[in-house]
Parts: sequence; structure tokens; C-alpha cells
Amino acid sequence: MEEEAAHDVAAHGASGGIQIHPMDQFIVRPLFGGDEIHWYTPTNVTLWMALTVLAIALLLVFGTRGRNVVPSRGQSVAELAYGFVYKMVEDVTGKEGLKYFPYIMTLFMFIVTANMLGLIPAAFTVTSHIAVTAVLALAVFFTVTILGFVKNGTGFLSLFWVASAPLALRPVLAIIELISYFIRPVSHSIRLAGNLMAGHAVMKVFAGFAAAAAIAPFSILAITAIYGLELLVAFIQAYIFTILTCVYLKDALHPHH
Amino acid sequence: MEETDAEMSPADTAGRTGVVENHDVGALPSDVDVHTETLAHEEEAAGMPQLNLETFPNQIFWLVIALVAIYLILSRIALPRIAAVLAERNGTITNDIAAAEELKLRASEAEEAYKQALADARSEAQKISADTRAEIQADLDEAIAAADADIAEKTAESQRRIGEIRDQAAADVEVVAKDVAQAIVEAFGQDADDAAVNGAVDAEMGSRTA
Repeated sequence: MEEEAAHDVAAHGASGGIQIHPMDQFIVRPLFGGDEIHWYTPTNVTLWMALTVLAIALLLVFGTRGRNVVPSRGQSVAELAYGFVYKMVEDVTGKEGLKYFPYIMTLFMFIVTANMLGLIPAAFTVTSHIAVTAVLALAVFFTVTILGFVKNGTGFLSLFWVASAPLALRPVLAIIELISYFIRPVSHSIRLAGNLMAGHAVMKVFAGFAAAAAIAPFSILAITAIYGLELLVAFIQAYIFTILTCVYLKDALHPHH
Repeated sequence: MEETDAEMSPADTAGRTGVVENHDVGALPSDVDVHTETLAHEEEAAGMPQLNLETFPNQIFWLVIALVAIYLILSRIALPRIAAVLAERNGTITNDIAAAEELKLRASEAEEAYKQALADARSEAQKISADTRAEIQADLDEAIAAADADIAEKTAESQRRIGEIRDQAAADVEVVAKDVAQAIVEAFGQDADDAAVNGAVDAEMGSRTA
């Protein structure tokens, strides 16, 4: 009995050397203790969203306080972000889409900043949660759909009626188009949350392996490589989310194929 | 019995020997004890925290607040400011380019004027140098003519004086010759006829000078 208990402890101690809890980092916890999470409870979500807002304000407001014709470094970055999104909106949706530029800029800045802040060790990544990305995607979906009907009336439905296809094929295509239209918010949100969750979980797994001395060097190398990749992913996913928003907006403004 | 065992600490479990007869039942509490802490973790992170619906209202609430805050910051402060800066920069660049064009134009005008002035100055200088040369030449000719005249005058004067001196000398020689001839004739004891002596001397000198 005693031997068995000791053996048990030893076995668990050995496996305890590699304690991998890749999903722990995504747990939503109240900031000031307590177990209940009400809708108003300040949680780590609150903290990291506040930091996101703060970082954006720091970059876009504090960074541009000089209003210099020859920009400082901070102002250059802010102008770069502005120009990047502005050009994206203009290129994809055309001139009439520029009216919605502040909304799209809000989306892009929120996602890219939250993604980047999430890469700080021990940080909480708000954009890795499907609840967050689903709200973003659904907001885009409903806005774009309503806008489409307001701007084009029933003409918006021509989005599903592929006029360039043979007549016999059109009903089939219409069904496919309709399904793909309603799948949009799903793919739109899961793409972002899934990418970030997977990347952060993989890093955590490799970090767990680092506890074993034999594979620690490889583990650390792998974390370094994946961290670089995640930096890229953090930006690219924000870019993809934003450009897809622009594409959906273009569909709403110009539904004709 | 098992319930109370489960509450006990790992040290108690390890220190306990043969209290429980059944192996399987005995192993269970010790397992639970050792794992109490890890289990607490695993329970929390069981599955995906993303799918824990209890946290959804909280996340959505704070997300909406964050988005509204970002939207207000961007639309009220950041975007107009950046747009103004960019517009100002574009304006400045356009103005600077226009100013540069104008300056370039003026520079080429200035260059034209400079070249013109240079050409004028050069021709002026050539004219002045030609004039000066002609003037100097005229002065020189005049001076040469004056000097020639002077020289001719002085030469004539000199020749005149030489002629005078020569004439004087000839006259003096004649007088001396006449006197000498008179004296020589008197010395021979003869009465010297002035007229004859003078005539002889004149004849002699005339034949010499001829």
C-alpha cells in the first residue's frame, strides 16, 4: 500500500515535470476574486480590453500630439496605420465606401492591437475568444446586410442571382450563394479566434516541454520560431478580418456581380 | 470512511499503513489527494474556455464598451487629426514643389541675365580696348611726329651751327694765312703788298677748297 502510494507520487511527480495546460490561458477570471462572473464583473477580459483601448489611444492620439508635418516615429506609425486601412477601404469598396472608414479602422485597430498585446507573455488574448470575434463578425454581417437593403432595396438580392450564369444554373447558384452568405459570419469569426487560440495553445505546449531538460533547447527554439510566426499571424488575421469586412461592404454597396 | 480519507492531507495518507483492507478502495483516496491541486486546474480548463457560455455576457459587454471607446477616440480625435496632418503635408509638398519650380524659373532667368551681362561686358571691354589702342596709337603717332620734327629742327640747327663754325674756321684760317703770308713776305725783306698777298692767298685757298 505504502509502496503503491509512493509509486503513485513518483509517477505523478515525473509526469508533473511536464505540466501542460494549454487552455488555461484562455480562462476568463474575475479580476478582484469571487467565482461568479456576471455580465458587469470586471474580469481579465476587461483588463486587456482596457489595455487595448489605452494602447490605441497612446498610438493614435498621444503619438500624433505634435501634428508635425515632418512626423516623429510614433506619428509615422499612426499615419502608416491610417494610410494602410484608408487605402484598403478605398481600393476594395471605392470612394463611396470611405464613409465607413472610421468603423473599419475601429475594427482593424481593435483586432490588431488585441492580437499584439496577446503576444506579451502571460497576457490574455481577447480575440482568441469566439464570443468576441462572433460579436465582431455578426456586427459586420448585420450592418452589411441592412446597409445592402437600405442602399439597393430588393436589388440587393441580385447578389444571389448570378446574371452571368446560364439560366438553368441560376437557381442552384442562388442556393449556394445564399448558404455561403450566411456562412460568412461563422467563417469570419472562427478564422480569427481559431488562429489565435491555436497559436497560443501551441506555444503553451512547447513551453510545457521546456520543463524536461533533454528537450528544453529544442522547445525554446520552437517557441522562438512560433512566436515569430504568431507575430505574423497576429497582423495577418487582423488584415484578413478587415479586408473581408471591406469585401462584404463592397457587396452591400454594389451587389451586382 | 473513504470520504474522510479523501479529506485528509497526502502526509496522512502516506503515513497510514494497512488501515484499509481493500486495495482498490484504498488507492482511490490517495490518488485523489495527490491530484487535488492538479484536478482543480484541469476542472477549470476542461475543454475550451472559449465555449463556456457563462462568460459570454461578460465578454460581450466589455467588448461593446471597448469598441465604442475606440470608435469615439478614433472618430473624434485621432482620425481628423491624422487626416489634417496628411492634408497639410500634401499642401506643403505641393506648395514647396510650386515654389521650387518658380525658383528654378527665376534661377534660369538670372542665368540668362548673367550671360547677357557677361556678353555685354565682354563686347564693351573689347570696344574699350580697341578705342584705347587707337587712342594710344594716335598719341604715339603724334608723339613720333613731334619727336621727328624736333629731331629735324635740332639737326638743321646743328648743321647750321656746324656750317657757321666751319665758315668761321675758314675765315679764321684765311686771316691767319694772310697774316702768316704777310709776315713771311716781310721776313724776306720785301715790302708786302697787302692786296697782292691777299690775292695770292685767296687764289691758293680757292684752289684748295675747290
